[in-house]
Amino acid sequence: MIDDTATRLLTELPPASAAWGSGLRKRYRRRVAVDGVSLAVGRGEVVGLLGPNGAGKTTVIKMLLGLVRPDAGEVLLLGRPARDPQARARVGYLPELFRYQPWLTAAEVLDLHVRLAGVIVPDRDRRECLATVGLADRAGDRVGGFSKGMQQRLGLAVALVARPELIVLDEPTSALDPIGRADVRDLLLSLKARQVAVLLNSHLIGEVERVCDRAVILDKGRVAASGTLTELLGGRELRLRLDGVTPEAEVRLAAAGRVRRTGEAYTVELPAQQDPATVPDLVADLVVLGVRVHAVEPGRVTLEERLLDIVRADQAEESR
Amino acid sequence: MNAGIVLTIAALTIKESARRKVLRALALLTVVLLGLSAWGFSMMITIEFDGGVMTTGEAKLVASQMLNLVMFGLSLIAALGTAFLAGPTLAGEIESGIALAVLARPVHRWAVLLGKWLGLVVFGSGFVVVAGLAQFLIVRFIVGYWPPHPVTGLALLAAQTTVLLTLGLLLSTAVSPMASGIMAVGLFGATWIAGVVGGVGLALGNEGVARIGTVSQILLPTDGLWRGAMNAFQDPIVLARFGGPALEGGFPFLSNAPLTPAYLTWTAVWVVLVLGLAALSFRRRDL
Repeated sequence: MIDDTATRLLTELPPASAAWGSGLRKRYRRRVAVDGVSLAVGRGEVVGLLGPNGAGKTTVIKMLLGLVRPDAGEVLLLGRPARDPQARARVGYLPELFRYQPWLTAAEVLDLHVRLAGVIVPDRDRRECLATVGLADRAGDRVGGFSKGMQQRLGLAVALVARPELIVLDEPTSALDPIGRADVRDLLLSLKARQVAVLLNSHLIGEVERVCDRAVILDKGRVAASGTLTELLGGRELRLRLDGVTPEAEVRLAAAGRVRRTGEAYTVELPAQQDPATVPDLVADLVVLGVRVHAVEPGRVTLEERLLDIVRADQAEESR
Repeated sequence: MNAGIVLTIAALTIKESARRKVLRALALLTVVLLGLSAWGFSMMITIEFDGGVMTTGEAKLVASQMLNLVMFGLSLIAALGTAFLAGPTLAGEIESGIALAVLARPVHRWAVLLGKWLGLVVFGSGFVVVAGLAQFLIVRFIVGYWPPHPVTGLALLAAQTTVLLTLGLLLSTAVSPMASGIMAVGLFGATWIAGVVGGVGLALGNEGVARIGTVSQILLPTDGLWRGAMNAFQDPIVLARFGGPALEGGFPFLSNAPLTPAYLTWTAVWVVLVLGLAALSFRRRDL
């Protein structure tokens, strides 16, 4: 009874996330795979899931989809508790380990998934879906004869076919060539334009950086960092090559932001919201202080650098 | 909705059996067995033993036993075939990853399991009925013998196949595809041997040995069902005329009593229990 009330209250919550997980925990024998992960994917939002191998990304995804039973934690999909299979009615999924019935044709695989999803999708839309992933002319061929890349494309079609409101893609480009990767990027952008929520696990950080609104970085089964890309990446940075740097000049540099130095190369981390005059003012002041300025290069902290920073900081802490 | 899922998966399983080479392999084995039996039966009535051909009565008794022998071969093909289908269809799909995409759909795992079971039951029973009927026709054509209860017999053989594939499904929720097939067939063989040992015990009047057969027939009803099927295939009058104590249980291809309703009920309960266990084990399985 209490359970029913709780379920009803949860379903009636107004801004239900596309996916919401709280306090997820999973232990395989003695190894803790996921240790108290909470995350949310808003409606129409594209969220990247990042982290080194073994960070627990795939396990988190499988717990969200009810494929792995969490030891603890709650999951809501599109506002419904995930223990109710109907919560997955509008969810598309491309597994990391993508395999489809080899004795069926590509079109039959889509038909099967449409039937299992319990939705009505006209034949024309199904064919269109295969065309979107570049398999229009292979619809009648058995999946057994497909290359890995083609099976992954079919997997994308399967994830897309039943009019999903949330799509979970686990390494969607692992078997694709550069053209395929570009296709997936376009596909992600079109999903974003159509307000379909996406949870994307990818090792290709550039991919995540280009399409995601937010990212969650997992490390050793925990959320190491999460937020919008601007929040995660912080501000921009300024790389300078200088000589004749006096202590006064160093004070001036430090006033602009945190400074790292390797020989003549100085890197100044600038705040996220910077005044457009910051850089020219700094350069002018340095010149006045007698510093010889060889190069000034504005740059941006990439997501890759940020990820490496987080993971390495964690390792350093552990070795201490 | 759930019924729809069950039927969809059942149809998929039948399609899988038909499209994979299982059906062709089964058909080939069956044709070989039927061909050999046709040749054997025709030899039996023409060859002379001790200077004379067999009397009609003798021919009927031998036909009765031969039919049981060949039907045992058929039931073995059906059992092996479905046990090796039941393993890969679940454990294999979990191992390969096919199950991930399917089970991420809005489906209950038990509905998928029940669908697979139903598909396999239809496939296994269909095979038993078609192949068994073909064998009856061959024997009728060559020796003129028609079993007294063909429908009951075939239904019991289909039930035997169902029991074994249910066990195969339960095993495949827990162990690897190959292991589940091998374990199911191994248990099937062990129960059959235990049944023969029990029969010998019965013939010798040794209760302890006889109990081995009874216990094994309760733990795994395949052998009990097989004995019931044999009883339906053999001619009771001929058996009564020729049957001595050696035929009453001691001989593995003749059976002296039909199955009791209690045993049939137990078999049905057994199937439901094992299927329920399989559903429970599958529900808890991490993919």
